[in-house]
Order: sequence, then structure tokens, then C-alpha cells
Amino acid sequence: MKPKSQIVDETTLLEQMLLVRAYEEAIVAGSVAGKVPGTCTSVGQEAAGVGVVSALAGDDLILTNHRSAAHLLARGADPGRLLAEVMGRRDGYCKGKSGSLHISVRELGVMLTSTIVGGELSLATGVALSQKMLGRPGIVACFFGDGAACEGVFHESLNLASVWQLPILYICENNQWQAFVHRRETMKGEHISERAAPYGIDGATVDGNDVLAVRSAALAAAEGVRSSGRPFLLETWTYRSRGHFEPDDQAYVDPAEHAAWLARDPIARSRQRLVDSGRLPPEEAAALERRVRERIVAALAFADASPFPALDEMTTDVYA
Amino acid sequence: MPTLTPFEAIGAALAEEMRRDPTVLVFGEGVATKRHDLVDEFGPARVRNTPLAEGIIAGTAAGAAATGLRPVIDLLFAPFLCYAMDELVNSAGKLRFISGGQFAFPLVTLAMTGGGWGVGAQHNHNNEAWFVHSPGLKVLMPSSAADFKGLLKSAIRDDNPVLFFIDLALLHQPGEVPDGEHVVPLGKAKVLRPGSDVTLLSYGKTVHACLAAAEQLAAAGIVAEVIDLRSLKPLDEAAFLTSVHKTGRLLVVHEAARIAGVGAEIAAQVAERAFASLRAPIVRLGGPDAPAAASHPLEQAFAPDAAAIVAAARSLCR
Ligand SMILES: Cc1ncc(C[n+]2csc(CCOP(=O)(O)OP(=O)(O)O)c2C)c(N)n1
Repeated sequence: MKPKSQIVDETTLLEQMLLVRAYEEAIVAGSVAGKVPGTCTSVGQEAAGVGVVSALAGDDLILTNHRSAAHLLARGADPGRLLAEVMGRRDGYCKGKSGSLHISVRELGVMLTSTIVGGELSLATGVALSQKMLGRPGIVACFFGDGAACEGVFHESLNLASVWQLPILYICENNQWQAFVHRRETMKGEHISERAAPYGIDGATVDGNDVLAVRSAALAAAEGVRSSGRPFLLETWTYRSRGHFEPDDQAYVDPAEHAAWLARDPIARSRQRLVDSGRLPPEEAAALERRVRERIVAALAFADASPFPALDEMTTDVYA
Repeated sequence: MPTLTPFEAIGAALAEEMRRDPTVLVFGEGVATKRHDLVDEFGPARVRNTPLAEGIIAGTAAGAAATGLRPVIDLLFAPFLCYAMDELVNSAGKLRFISGGQFAFPLVTLAMTGGGWGVGAQHNHNNEAWFVHSPGLKVLMPSSAADFKGLLKSAIRDDNPVLFFIDLALLHQPGEVPDGEHVVPLGKAKVLRPGSDVTLLSYGKTVHACLAAAEQLAAAGIVAEVIDLRSLKPLDEAAFLTSVHKTGRLLVVHEAARIAGVGAEIAAQVAERAFASLRAPIVRLGGPDAPAAASHPLEQAFAPDAAAIVAAARSLCR
């Protein structure tokens, strides 16, 4: 199957990034107002998520973690159902039982989301084993952070995927932060992609704040995994511009580093590039932003109208 | 009836289920080496050796189970389950619920435990109660060769993650196994010896100590009922409540530490639901709150033996 992604243009990617930003800003505003629980946002990292997901085929599978909004929305998840999940409502994708931290949407191929740091790395090998043994076409895209790359299971996963030749595209979103700790303080080396070679895996690092660069690196990487049936480790070099979990005063953040990364905001960069090249007239860009905001307003209304689950849901879906 | 050891019964169950269902596969440390007959029949893709990395073994099994395969993994000794706790407890046990029912995890984890090899506390730790306390998991611990086979076949067919504990003192003890298709349902205890004076409730190796004790008690005029739980979750509550209603006395016996063990749960349930039938306090016999020693006499003394069971039953029936 030809990846649907081949035909995506940058305006579509910008719209997806705007949707992710608007969605997470709505959550932040809602949590300030006490209406929505706090979440782990991916503000500043939108290009890394959107760019990779745009490069996947429809039958590829995705495993992600607590910071999943970009992956889910770029895959086509409905923001209303996502917000309902975050708010613990019945119409959420997981019936309100997950909340924000581990949202799976099987119908979109977003599988087994785990908020245990490294959890997705331990599960991806099994999902890929199924793909391989059952002769299914899709590859497995596994998103994780630089913090997860410090868990032992990261190494176990890469080793096994390499030994068993499993079709996994590992994507490390190196956003410089491991919760409230800068990676420099706790992690040796700059780049996670360098950890691929010892396991006989190819790796690359790409500017995670340039959606086109991410997309083309991911297209190449995914194609390689697809044709070789072997894993690949792609690192998207980016920055978490908001806190770990809302609310977060970010008092621990170096203002100079923060400012430098804000100047490379992936959405502003993409918008600028599109406007400057004449591909997106400014009034169309404004219309795009308006459309996205309206979608989020409607999504919030949908989520807010969704009832809480009945109390007997507390003990359903435990056993098959 | 053919006679098999539990090791052979496990092999027979694996082979039959792999023959029946092409999605069943087995992997673990040395599995393909140890069970080369399975490799011969089913090929190296379905019988795999793995790296020494219990976390990724269990996680791979959970991921594969959720997406169409039915893995059986051999994690060797129960203390090694500690390295696989996240994958078994947080992933396989919880992701069905967390996802609102989007996934199921048909996987079986084999783990050996119990005294008998003198290998000490990092190979011998009856930690089955940890998993009973973890939602979404089922837990089995058979005592006979027939049940090793029949329960393992059911576990493989079950759509939930199942912990299958192997009492290693039993592993090479031959026993009769019914010919042909032999499947034992999960969650069903078995009355091994009917009685009216006292209920001896156990699982795993100590079932045999209870049977020996019942024999001795009979000589003293005490008719003990011996029940093998077999399945620790789901727990066959009806089986032990019915028995206690009849006998009025309950002795729960296991090798695992008494504190917060399976016996504590059973004692609590009986106290809550059959108090009026009790003619004496419930007694639990189990291991101490201590790691198991390697030294033979200490290792053997960890588990209640027939003499201790007889003594406890006699004082209950006094
Ligand atoms: C096993 C485990 N340890 C700690 C946490 C708490 N925690 C949640 S997210 C997080 C940071 C993870 O950092 P990273 O892997 O870099 O991903 P990021 O959050 O930056 O996307 C921590 C410490 C957890 N959920 N699981």
C-alpha cells in the first residue's frame, strides 16, 4: 500500500500542527479554570510528531506515551473524543478510563499507549513480532523520550529488535527534558541516535522543529524499515517549551535556552516559510488558524456535554 | 492412563495447543534448547530462545498477545519475575482496562518456584500472591501432572494473561495424565478426598502433604476433606465455602509466606461469609516472613509438612 502521506503538502502539516497547539492550549486554559485535568503537553514539539506520523502508511501501527497529542491528532483522532478522554468522560476513546496519559485508539492503529517511561519500548517488539509472523504489511512506529532511552528496557528492546529483525521505526523525541530534570544532568552523550550502532541498527538525528525535515527523514527511515524488515532509530531534536505536566511554573528552566528554542518554534517557522514562498497567502493562514480554533471550540463543547461513565465501569474491561 | 512428569505434561500441552492453533508460540531463555522436540515440529519461528532480559521477554509477549499471537513465555524462576513486573502488571494486566477494552492479552507466563533444588532465595520465592493482588491477571499453581497439562491448555486458550507457577519439587514426579484431549477449566478447585471434620485447603506441592496428613488423621478418627485450589485467581470460593459449611473447620496450607498470602484472603472470605458455620478458628500454615534458605534442612522446613498439618488439624478438632 502506498503511504497516503506521499501526497501531503506543508499547508496540511501546518494545519495539523496548529490543531495540536490549539488543542493543548485549550487544555491548559481549561486546567487553569479548573475544568480540565492537567496534561503533559507537546507544545514546541509539534513538528516532531506531525512530521513522523505524516510519513507513515495507513496500515502502520503507532505506540506512544504520555505526550501523545501530536501523534493522535496527526493520525486523525477526533479532538472532541480526545478531550472527552482527558476529562474522564464516557465518549472518550477509552471510555474515560485512561485520562490523558495513556490514550490508545485501536481503530487508528494507535496501540497499547503506556505512560510507564519505556513501557512502549517493551511492547513494540511484540507488536512487530505479530506483524512479521502474521504477515501483515504495516511497520511499527514507537515514540519515546530521551528519558525513556535511559531505562534498561530501551537497550533490551533495540537488542531484541535487531536480533529478531523486527520492523520497528524507533523515534526518540529528544526534547531535552526528563520531567523536571535537564537531560544534560542525568544522561551521558548528546544524541540517542548514537545508541543504534552498537545494536547493529542504523540511526539518524533530524531537526525536530522543521516539519519538512522531520517528514523527509521519517519517510526515508520508514521506507528502510519497510523494505529491509529491520529496525531504525530516528531522533527528533526538539524542545519541550511548556512544563512537564500542567501546571508547571518552569522555574527550573534556563531562560536563555528557552528563548533560543522559542525562536525556532516549529509552527512559526513553517507558517513563515509558507507565507514567504507565496504558497500560503497571509489571509489564508489566518483562515486556517480560525478554522482550527473553531474545531477546538466545538470539541470542547462535545467533551463537556459527554457524561461521566457510570460507576459500574469501575470494574468492567478488567478481564476478557 | 499414560504416566508423565509435569515437565513432560507441559511439553505435551504446548505441542497439542501449537498443533491446534498456529498463533501459539513459545519463547524464553533456553526454551528452544530445552524443548528441541517442539523446535523440530514447529520450527524456530514459533519456539525461540531469547536474550537474558525478562522485561523485554514479557513485554514482547504482551505486545504480541494484544495483536494476534498467543505467546507462552518461560521466565524460569519466580524471583526473575521481578524484572518483568512492569510488563506483566502495568501492561498486560492494566492496558485492557485503561484502553476501555480495546485490547486483550492472551499470554501465559511460566515460572518455577519452591524448595527442592537448594538454590536459595533468589531462585526460590513463592510470590504468587503478588499477582493475585494485581488486577487483570489470572494465577494458577497445579499439583498433579494431569492438572499441569489440563490447566496449561486452558491457560493458553484463555484471553487473559495467566501466571502459571510450577512447583519445582513436582516437576519430575510422574503422575497419570488422561489420554487424549484433557482440558481443566480455570477457577475450579478439586476435592481430592471428601471429609466431614476438617477442611485442608492447599495448592502446589503442599497438597501432597495435606493428602498424607489426611491419611494419618483418618487413622486417628478424623475425617479430613482435602481440596486442591489449583487456581488462585479466579478463586473457587464456592468450593471452600461449601466445604467449610460442611466441616466447620478450616486449615489453609501453602509454602508461600503466611503474611498477606493467598491463605489470608481465603481466611478473610471464610470469616466474612461462613462465620456461622465455623466451629473453631481458621488456621493458616505457611512459610515465615523470611527469604528461603539454600541449606537443605532450612529450605525443607520453610514449607508446612504433613506432621505440622496433622498437629494443627488435631488441635482444631479437639
Ligand atoms: C517508570 C516511570 N518512571 C517515572 C515516571 C514519571 N514520569 C512521567 S513522564 C517522565 C519524563 C519522561 O521523560 P522522557 O522519556 O524524556 O519523555 P518526555 O516526557 O520528555 O516526553 C517521568 C519521569 C513514569 N511515568 N514512569
